[in-house]
Amino acid sequence: MSANRRDFLLRLMQGATLASTGGLGWAYLLRQEARAQPFALRPPGALPDDDFNAACIKCGQCVVACPFDTLKLEPAGGNLPIGMPFFEPREIPCYLCPDIPCMKACPTGALSPKLKNINDARMGFALVDTENCLSWKGLRCEICHRECPLKGKAITLETHPRQISKHAMFIPVVHSDACTGCGICVRACPTTEPAIRILPHALVQGKIGDHYRLGWTREDAITQEFDASGAAPTIAAPTNAPSGPVKGNATDYLNDGGL
Amino acid sequence: MIMRTAHESSHDLAQRSLSQKLWSWRYIVLRRLSQFVILLLFFGSAHWGWEVGKDVPLLSGNLSGSKFIGLIPMADPFAALQIFLAGHVLQTEAILGAALVLGFYILVGGRVFCAWACPVNPVTDLAGWLRVRFDIRPTFILSRNMRYFVLALTLVLSVLTGVAAFEWVSPVGMAHREIIFGVGFGAMALLSIFLFDLFVLKHGWCGHLCPLGAFWSVVGKINPTLRVRFDKTTCTHCGECAKVCPEPQVLNLKHLEEKGFVFSGECSNCGRCTPVCPENSLVFDFKPLIHAHNAQVQGSVSVSETQRRV
Repeated sequence: MSANRRDFLLRLMQGATLASTGGLGWAYLLRQEARAQPFALRPPGALPDDDFNAACIKCGQCVVACPFDTLKLEPAGGNLPIGMPFFEPREIPCYLCPDIPCMKACPTGALSPKLKNINDARMGFALVDTENCLSWKGLRCEICHRECPLKGKAITLETHPRQISKHAMFIPVVHSDACTGCGICVRACPTTEPAIRILPHALVQGKIGDHYRLGWTREDAITQEFDASGAAPTIAAPTNAPSGPVKGNATDYLNDGGL
Repeated sequence: MIMRTAHESSHDLAQRSLSQKLWSWRYIVLRRLSQFVILLLFFGSAHWGWEVGKDVPLLSGNLSGSKFIGLIPMADPFAALQIFLAGHVLQTEAILGAALVLGFYILVGGRVFCAWACPVNPVTDLAGWLRVRFDIRPTFILSRNMRYFVLALTLVLSVLTGVAAFEWVSPVGMAHREIIFGVGFGAMALLSIFLFDLFVLKHGWCGHLCPLGAFWSVVGKINPTLRVRFDKTTCTHCGECAKVCPEPQVLNLKHLEEKGFVFSGECSNCGRCTPVCPENSLVFDFKPLIHAHNAQVQGSVSVSETQRRV
């Protein structure tokens, strides 16, 4: 083997080793960073976590655009991925500007311009600590309900009977189909530590699964019109089948013998 | 074209008068000013509400992405490239911003960013100056091409991890963001760069490792309009220029004699070499004029041909 060739191969190996060890360490750092604290609350319109991580250029234009100083950029050494916008509702919640200036300021689309109505924002989901909520203790509080910008939709009050008194309890109930996760309720909650919190949906919401049929609800009522092709993966719809409800599919599915 | 004034150059640098000394610091003063003003505009817009109209910040954002007077978008093309490789299709504004910034630096020289805009530059400059002042000898030698491997690794890792690999660990970004948006541990990153440059490797960060600098070096190869012109007829090979240059390999006189200007993409147009040259052989000039000038000086090309070339 000529000295030149040997030298070249040696350098190649040195380079490859350096690149792979350095690359592994670096990639580890990045993955740790990307996984950091999944409870971060992002500005309205933020893409799902992985996409947001990829798209955010960390420029802070949303922070400058926010008229309430709600948004902050995470500095180095914090708990959240570095340099990304977030907010802490107990300090300053999102006041749901109808013109969404933070989203408009975003140059990359990490805050998606698909968000047209601020009430469609889903920054997180409010969760009530039933052990420490004043309303659950039987006191007349309901401050979260009163302060909620979508009261009656995102937070409703339900009456519960109470054992020791004639008076009912007025319990705040949060509805995920309307709650934006703005955190105004968190800011307003009068307990020492807020008894209502905002968490990203993925951390609190379960999923019932497509195979459940709630026969008593209008949308899910099982009738002879029921289209099982979308629900029961065991039966593939004929490729040339007309779209829309197919008569008889539900009964076929139940009488197929595969159950 | 910048003309030589006959007595501007004094052969003994130490004997320069105060006004001559101040004049010789012109580029370093201008660079600090430019670096400071950029930070100030970002800071003022973020903290003091500097606006040009209602809700139109003067300069919103930071060096990764910004908007000037609500009209002109700017974005770091290297960050944009990483984000694209991470799998996100950028919005028009970011693409336009990156193209504008890239276009500007193609014109003036890629690494002009490093010497005139980057907030890390004053720190590494200070470390470099202290190294000379206290005569700190090198502990080890690393190839300056290392940065291109770091650059390649950045791009590969962006694809593999799905996040902009350098932006997520960049001490440049950390320090810069934290000056504008609030303090964290980014100052520690700056400090470690400073100590690394001071005690471990001379010009270690900017000259050997920083992939952003490497990116701009590649851009600087394209065809910048502004370059330092080199007069081979007057140069005495005294080597003063290479002593102050943070990238002395770009002042390889043999190559400069062929080309007639500092052509390497690694030159950051910092202008350190021009005032120290006792013969005024190194002067900023616009590239289209450089050939004409050199030809005229050497007297080998007739005037008419010179004009035709220009």
